[in-house]
Amino acid sequence: MSSTSSTQVDKRAAVAGTPGFLQQQRSRHGEKLVVVLLLLAALVSVATTLGIVLSLFVPAAEFFAEVPVTDFLFGTSWSPTFANPQFGVLPLIVGTLLTTAIASVVALPLGLGSAVYLSEYATDRARRTLKPALEVLAGIPTVIYGFFALTLITPFLRWILPGGGDVPSIYNSLSAGLVMGVMIIPTVASLSEDAMSAVPNGLRQGAFALGSNRRQVSTRVVVPAALSGITAAFMLGISRAIGETMIVVVAGGLQPNMSLNPLEFHQTMTAFIAATAAGDIATGTIVYKTIFAVGALLFIMTFVMNMISIRLVRKYREVYE
Amino acid sequence: MTITSPPSKSPTASSAPLLKTTGEPLRERAFKWMLWFCMAVGLITLVVLLTYVVIKGWSRLDARLITNMPSSVLPETAGAQSAITGTLWLMVFTALWSLPIGIMAAIYLEEYGNPNRWYNRAIEINLLNLAAVPSIVFGILGLVFISRGMGFGPTILTGSLTLALLVLPVVVISSREAIRAVPQSIRAGSLALGATRWQTIYRQVLPAAIPGIATGAILALSRAIGEAAPLLMLGVSFVRFNPDGLMSNFTALPIQIYSWTTEARPEYADLAAAASVVLLIILLSMNSVAIYIRNKTQRRW
Repeated sequence: MSSTSSTQVDKRAAVAGTPGFLQQQRSRHGEKLVVVLLLLAALVSVATTLGIVLSLFVPAAEFFAEVPVTDFLFGTSWSPTFANPQFGVLPLIVGTLLTTAIASVVALPLGLGSAVYLSEYATDRARRTLKPALEVLAGIPTVIYGFFALTLITPFLRWILPGGGDVPSIYNSLSAGLVMGVMIIPTVASLSEDAMSAVPNGLRQGAFALGSNRRQVSTRVVVPAALSGITAAFMLGISRAIGETMIVVVAGGLQPNMSLNPLEFHQTMTAFIAATAAGDIATGTIVYKTIFAVGALLFIMTFVMNMISIRLVRKYREVYE
Repeated sequence: MTITSPPSKSPTASSAPLLKTTGEPLRERAFKWMLWFCMAVGLITLVVLLTYVVIKGWSRLDARLITNMPSSVLPETAGAQSAITGTLWLMVFTALWSLPIGIMAAIYLEEYGNPNRWYNRAIEINLLNLAAVPSIVFGILGLVFISRGMGFGPTILTGSLTLALLVLPVVVISSREAIRAVPQSIRAGSLALGATRWQTIYRQVLPAAIPGIATGAILALSRAIGEAAPLLMLGVSFVRFNPDGLMSNFTALPIQIYSWTTEARPEYADLAAAASVVLLIILLSMNSVAIYIRNKTQRRW
C-alpha cells in the first residue's frame, strides 16, 4: 500500500469526488486524546489500591516500630487503651474467625443448594422471580442486619436455648454469625450458579443419556465440573464475612475475648477498627496506629482470599468459555 | 439374555432400577426438598426481616420522621430529616464522581485495552480484588487521604468521594458487561461506513449499552447509600441540620440507624426500625427502577 506514489493517490481521490479522501494520513489527535483520558479513568482504580496500601502500611510500619510484630501476632491480650496497653491481636482474630465460621456454616451449603436449585431444577419462570428476590438479601444495608440480629435473633436464641433467658449474652457471635451467613447466601449462590451455567449442556445430556436422573447429574456431573467456580464463590463469601463490619459492631460485642464459645461476646478486627475510629482518637497516638495495624492484617487476609477466588474463576472460564 | 426374561431375575435390572420405578424415588424427592429448603431459608429470612422492621417501626412511621431533626434526648420528637437529606446529597455526589470515571474505565477495558498486555490484565485483576475489599478499608483510605490528608473533614465531599471509590469497581464491572453485550456487527457496520473508533463507540456502542449501564449504576449507588462502616471511619456522626453544600458536615440514614441502635432506651429501637424502613423504601424503589429498566429495554440482538 505504501508503495503507491502520492500522485496516484491524488488521482484516485479526485475520482472519488472528495479530494484527499483516501489520503487521510493525518492522525486524529482527538482519537488519541480520548484513549489517554479513558486509560487515566481506568488507572483510578489502580491509584485506589495504591492509596489503600499506603494508608494502611505506612502507619502500620510506625506501629511495628513501637510494638514487636511477634507480640502483635501471638499475644493473647488486646487492651490498647489501658494504662498498661497490651497489643496481642489473637483475641480479635478469634472473634473474626469464629463469626466467619458460623457465617460459612450457614452460607456455603445454603448458597450452594440455592445455586443447584436455580441452575438445575428451577423453571425459567421460577428463576426469573426467585433470583432477584434472593439478591435483595445482598442489597439490605448491613446496619439493618445488625439491628435485626441484636433485637430479634438474640432474644429468639435466648428463648429457645436453655439457660433461663441469659444464654447467649446480649452481644454474641452466634446471632451475628447466623445473620451474616444469611446475608452472604446470595453472593455464594449467584457466583456458584454462574459457574454451573458455564458447564456445557453436552455433559448433562451425556449423563442423562446414560440413565442418570437429575440429582445424579447435579451432584456427580455439574457440581464437580463447576468445582473451581464454586470454590471461588466460597472464597469470596468467606472474604465478605471476614470484612463485614456493621453486623458485628451492633450485635457481636465490643470487648475482645479469647474464648471459642459462640454464645459469648467477641470483638472482631473490623469491629475494633470501627469502634476505635468512631471514638475520635488523636492522630499519632499508639491507639490511633493500632487501627492501621489491624486494618493491614484484615486487608492481607481478604486479599489472599480474593486472589484465590479470582484465580479459580479464571480457571473455569478458560476451561469452558 | 433374552428380552422376555422378567426384570426381577435379570442381574442387570438391579443396577438399573430406574426402568421399573413408577414416580420419583424417595432419594430424588428428598434431594429436591433439600434444595427448596436452601432457597427457603434465605427468602423466609428476608420476609421475616422486612415484616419485623415494619412492625417494630410502625408506631414511629409518621410525619415526625421526615419533618423533625434527630435528638438523643427526646425520642418522641426525634426525626431523621437531616439523615434523609444527607443520604440524598451523598447519593447525588457519589454518582457524579463514580459514574463518568467508571464508564470511561469500562470503555477503555472493553474497547481499547488489549487483554493480553500485562498492564491491562493487572488493571482487571486489581478491579476484581477492589470489588471485594472490605468497605471499612475504604473508610481508612478516606480518613487518611481525604478527610485528614486533604483536610476536608467529615463533610459531604469526603463522604461522597470515599463512597465513589468504594462503588467504582462495581460500576466498571457492570458497565463492561453492558458494553460487551453490544454485538460486534454493530461496531463492524459503523466502522465500515467510515466512522472512527471513538465515533463508533460514542454514537453506536454507548447508546446501545446505556440501559445496562444504568441498571448497574443504580445497583452500585444503592450499595453506596446503605454503607455505614466507611462513614463511621470518617467520623460522620449525627447532626441536627441539613447539608447546604459540599463542605457541610452531615449525617446519613445508616449512621443514624446505628446511633439509635446503640441507645439504651427502647423508644430508640423503634426509631431505628422506622429509619430502617425509610432506607429500605429508598433502596427497594431504586432496585425496582433498575429491574424495570432491565426488563423494559432488554433487547435481543
